[in-house]
Amino acid sequence: MNAILTMIAQRLALGVLTLFIVSLIIFFSVSLMPGDYAEAILGQAALPDTVRAFREQLGLDQPAYVRYFQWLGGVFTGDLGTSFSSERAVTELIGARFGNTMFLAAYAALIAVPLALVLGVLAALYRNSFYDRTVNVVTLTTISSPEFFLAYVLIMFFSVGLWNGSEMIMGGFFPPIANVSDDVGFWERVYRTTLPAVTMTLVIVAHMMRMTRASIINLLASPYIEMANLKGLTKSRIVFKHALPNALAPIINVIAVNMAYLIVGVVLIEVVFVYPGLGGLLVDSVSKRDIPVVQGSCLVFAAVYILLNLTADVLSIISNPRLLHPR
Amino acid sequence: MTRFLKFMQSAPWSARFGMFVIAVYVFVAFFVPVLAPFGETELVGSSYQGWDSTYWLGTDSLGRDMFTRILYGARNTIGIAFVTTCLAFLLGGLLGFMSATLGGWVDQLLGRFVDVIMAIPSLIFALLLLTIFGTSVPVLIIIIAVLDSTRVYRLARAVGMNITVMEYVEAAKLRGEGLWWIIRREILPNAMPPMVAEFGLRFCFVFLFISALSFLGLGIKPPIADWGSMVKENAALISYGDITPLLPAGAIALLTVAVNFVVDWFLHKTSGLRDEH
Repeated sequence: MNAILTMIAQRLALGVLTLFIVSLIIFFSVSLMPGDYAEAILGQAALPDTVRAFREQLGLDQPAYVRYFQWLGGVFTGDLGTSFSSERAVTELIGARFGNTMFLAAYAALIAVPLALVLGVLAALYRNSFYDRTVNVVTLTTISSPEFFLAYVLIMFFSVGLWNGSEMIMGGFFPPIANVSDDVGFWERVYRTTLPAVTMTLVIVAHMMRMTRASIINLLASPYIEMANLKGLTKSRIVFKHALPNALAPIINVIAVNMAYLIVGVVLIEVVFVYPGLGGLLVDSVSKRDIPVVQGSCLVFAAVYILLNLTADVLSIISNPRLLHPR
Repeated sequence: MTRFLKFMQSAPWSARFGMFVIAVYVFVAFFVPVLAPFGETELVGSSYQGWDSTYWLGTDSLGRDMFTRILYGARNTIGIAFVTTCLAFLLGGLLGFMSATLGGWVDQLLGRFVDVIMAIPSLIFALLLLTIFGTSVPVLIIIIAVLDSTRVYRLARAVGMNITVMEYVEAAKLRGEGLWWIIRREILPNAMPPMVAEFGLRFCFVFLFISALSFLGLGIKPPIADWGSMVKENAALISYGDITPLLPAGAIALLTVAVNFVVDWFLHKTSGLRDEH
């Protein structure tokens, strides 16, 4: 048991170190910006006095490492500076939208994970059957399609409808824009975010399902499964009772990795559906070159991503039977 | 030549379909000035005209011919993605093989560096870098190539590791051959099959990535015809039930599916796994 605890502690320490380095990168990459930060904001035509005053206001007259520690201190006390374009606190902007992004990601995960497991196990059970081949081609297609393509196709069929020359056919099931504000009730929110959640599901189910199938098929080739086969056990008993527990570690790993992907992939989906989430905020701020907001939201995204990958690591250690029962 | 033809005949229908699609795209990309009815940025009609015999797929928000721009998009979007992938392979492949051959501190340093870059989601990292360096095509190509080369590095190093322990590499080292010679003459030829397959997959990834950035308005920008930004420009048509804006997105999807089919078959072939005999 001790070996496991040490390994987990190691991973956690490594995760904290990675986060620290990532914060360094996010902060200092801005100083790579050609030209001066203040000049870039105010434009070439700004008077030297204005630029100097603005630089002092931003604290740019201090050396970079001092600013870094101020910024890092701010991260822990919930102060990420002020947005250039809206004059509002970055934490306030991010805080409001972070919950929305998490809601959408959790919604998509709730549909995607069970679906992927069922589809994957079935594909492994009925390997090379018509069902398996169909699922293979369909998932390959959804993996290969850009997210915004899937999103718009869903919008066409389930929300706007298709124009066949004289009238609209299909459509009208869900709103094309996932417009949620704070006063929207829970079920209404679920209804309005269904299309974005389904789009995300299409993307990640494909990955998870393929990995589930692959890891179970891999296991089915091992000697103890052959033994079970020779004993005359039924196929479903072999898969559920013998193969699945051992396949759990890789499957859990894949799920956590896909959750990490989900958090990032949400950026595009939020833009398509005009959903008020963190991804939409990030994209807006990038086009406005609103650096404090970009830094803040990048840090949040990177932190969630690293945490989820860390969870994947730790879970795969915990669910590994060889580590749980050392000789 | 006959051997090549025989090899091609052994391809399953999915791979043949994939190769056919890729060939069509490449043909269009090369001969687009001859094929396209209008110029790339030429304003030929009023905005948002419907499909008719002159403007096959109607016109866009500025009155440019959609069909023409989709054809030009093949050249621009695929060209930029291809250059980016080549650059990523040059960088990642070279560093990966170097790591594998030299080992020691070079390997450690590059390895840790790549770990850190890969700890940040690439879309987020790309957005951060684009904020800093601005969004122009050369910057876009360099940023994505560098971010993507980390994945190439990992594969190149792993493949290279298996080759550097071979006797013939040791013999070459003892003969006093240089690093570059060993990489080019001993490692590269043996690492070719997995690297070629990876090239296909990375191309798909880069292609989707650039399209996504263009769709967000942060990648290839108008007036250059590009499939990602064309979807964004004409997205308003979707609320009238018009499928025209989906065609460029469909073109992206079709190409990536085609490349995936071919890579699938290629991997199957080169890894020696064969279902049918």
